[in-house]
Amino acid sequence: MDVILFLVFALFAVACAINVVVQRHPITSAISLIGVMASLAVLYLLLGAEFIAAAQVIVYAGAIMVLFVFVIMLLNAGAELRSGRSLMAQALGVPLLAALLGIVAFFVQRLFPRETTTHFGGFTGGGAKEVGRALFTTYLLPFEATSILILIAIVGAIVLAHKELD
Amino acid sequence: MASVPISWFLTLSAVLFALGVAGFLFRRNIITVFMSIELMLNAVNLSFVTFAYQFKKVDGHLLALFVMVVAAAEAAVGLAIILTVFKRRPSLDIDDVNSMKN
Amino acid sequence: MDSFIVISLIKVAVVFAVLLTTLAYLQWVERKVIAHIQVRPGPYRVGPHGLLQPLADVVKLITKEDLRPPFVHKALYLAAPFMAMTLALMSICVIPFGPAIHLGGVPTWMQLTDLNIGVLFVLAVSSMGVYGVAFAGWASNNKYALLGGLRSSAQMISYELPMSIAIAAPLLLSNTLSLRTLVDTQAGGIWHWNVLRGPFPQIVSFVIFLIAAFAETNRVPFDLPEAENELVAGFHTEYSSMKFASFFMAEYANMITVSSMAVLLFLGGWMAPWPARYGSSVVPVLVFACAGAIALYHGIRPARRRDRYSLPVTGVVFLTVAAVFLLPMVQNWLLPLFWFGAKVGSILFTFMWVRGTLPRFRYDQLMGFAWKWLFPAAMLNLLVTGFLVAWVS
Repeated sequence: MDVILFLVFALFAVACAINVVVQRHPITSAISLIGVMASLAVLYLLLGAEFIAAAQVIVYAGAIMVLFVFVIMLLNAGAELRSGRSLMAQALGVPLLAALLGIVAFFVQRLFPRETTTHFGGFTGGGAKEVGRALFTTYLLPFEATSILILIAIVGAIVLAHKELD
Repeated sequence: MASVPISWFLTLSAVLFALGVAGFLFRRNIITVFMSIELMLNAVNLSFVTFAYQFKKVDGHLLALFVMVVAAAEAAVGLAIILTVFKRRPSLDIDDVNSMKN
Repeated sequence: MDSFIVISLIKVAVVFAVLLTTLAYLQWVERKVIAHIQVRPGPYRVGPHGLLQPLADVVKLITKEDLRPPFVHKALYLAAPFMAMTLALMSICVIPFGPAIHLGGVPTWMQLTDLNIGVLFVLAVSSMGVYGVAFAGWASNNKYALLGGLRSSAQMISYELPMSIAIAAPLLLSNTLSLRTLVDTQAGGIWHWNVLRGPFPQIVSFVIFLIAAFAETNRVPFDLPEAENELVAGFHTEYSSMKFASFFMAEYANMITVSSMAVLLFLGGWMAPWPARYGSSVVPVLVFACAGAIALYHGIRPARRRDRYSLPVTGVVFLTVAAVFLLPMVQNWLLPLFWFGAKVGSILFTFMWVRGTLPRFRYDQLMGFAWKWLFPAAMLNLLVTGFLVAWVS
């Protein structure tokens, strides 16, 4: 059952990711990216990370991607007219990327032999209580630092995007 | 087998990361380049959560949360920059942003 | 495993049927309430007191011509109402309607499923609901629809923030994210409901949550992006017949969801205001018996000729329902359902009451209100609640 769920959502994630990279119109890429994030949320649930799964949908798919979709709609982005980079770059790049992937996959398989398995329910420490406790004790300094980071981002975005009143 | 080996999750993370790199290097439209960056960050989140499962600690989840927060801040500022730069020119092609004037 | 699947399917079928009927008749109730606020009868002729009006509307919407404008983005144009409807119905899955009951010998809960991150699930589904509106506005290839869609989605994401912070405050009191446990911590009568519970009664959170809920569901006074006389009907300008009906149904389903969340978080869910041993199980009997008696009294000498039959029949129906509440074998599931329905119904009535009473905000006033007043108020409320909870325990 876990295997079926993993395979379905992993293949959906990879298909949507290929779609993000390949599609010409940015709005279709954005919808595919939302699909990737939603299937990743299901995979997080399989790994027992229930709070992170909910945070992924609320923050990433429900707020950041809305920002992307807004900008695409505001800028009235159309489909790309010219094709991608030069043929030479593509001819060299894709096989090199596949080679990089092959090397990474080989080393991953060697480090984690088949016996280390996951199953749904194997890790129950991912609920809101545990995440909250760790966030406010061990990781208090990064938490405060990220709140300052968000403040900087808000101020920066407003300064960059506001109109001069002549 | 009734359960999923950990290496499969890590391979999926690697595949998504590689696709993100491919999109970042090969696409012209600035917004698609940004979305490839988000795809890379998501792939890294998946490996953080997988390692949290393996070591049965919640710290991986915390790091994934911080990555999400940083991605949010970066998306906000980056999209504001895009809006500002491309208010003055009609195309969304990154090869056209090649002069320091304007 | 077998009985689990069968029981779940039965529950899904029951909840789905009840929900769709409620959606249709909620529109009838709204039209009647607004009409009586404006001193006019409302839908009156189609069936007794307009009760068949929703049926007539459904027939009209199904048989209307299904326009497909020529230059729309076909995939998104067709997917947007479907997405809005699906996401609006998904959050009903985790709402508990009552305690544990026995369905044919198998003990089960009156809830489709209980997640231990139930509150976050509802928040996540409502965050995704922004996309239905945004894509509908953009795919319509119409500048008014695009503006309406963008304004509406910006409004929805702006008001999500005070809503989430207002939700966090009673969670500090109840200490759980699961909706069933949330109701269980509010047991014991009206003084244990989160809205009146020490150390800090959550009245401010309740008000902030309701205001944010009005904005999330695009209801008056925050309905500028979709009002009929503004922006040529906003994001659903180019939609006709069943697709328009989907948006309408999605809006009412969202209303039911936020009302249920308000009841579960603040008003004690399906718990009665005072324990059953002091007679709270007599309340529904009294309510329905009084309603039946009033209907029968007015039916003796009706003001209008049409009411010669409808009022006495209504009276008899209400008296039968009152009698049903007296049977002990149905009381353990009917009474919680009555209290839940009464509370959700009163909040829905508030939605309709406000619609008939208040004028609408201008868009910049709306957004300024969210960011300059509601969000700081919610943060302050959370701070005070957190401080008091930490001080007391």
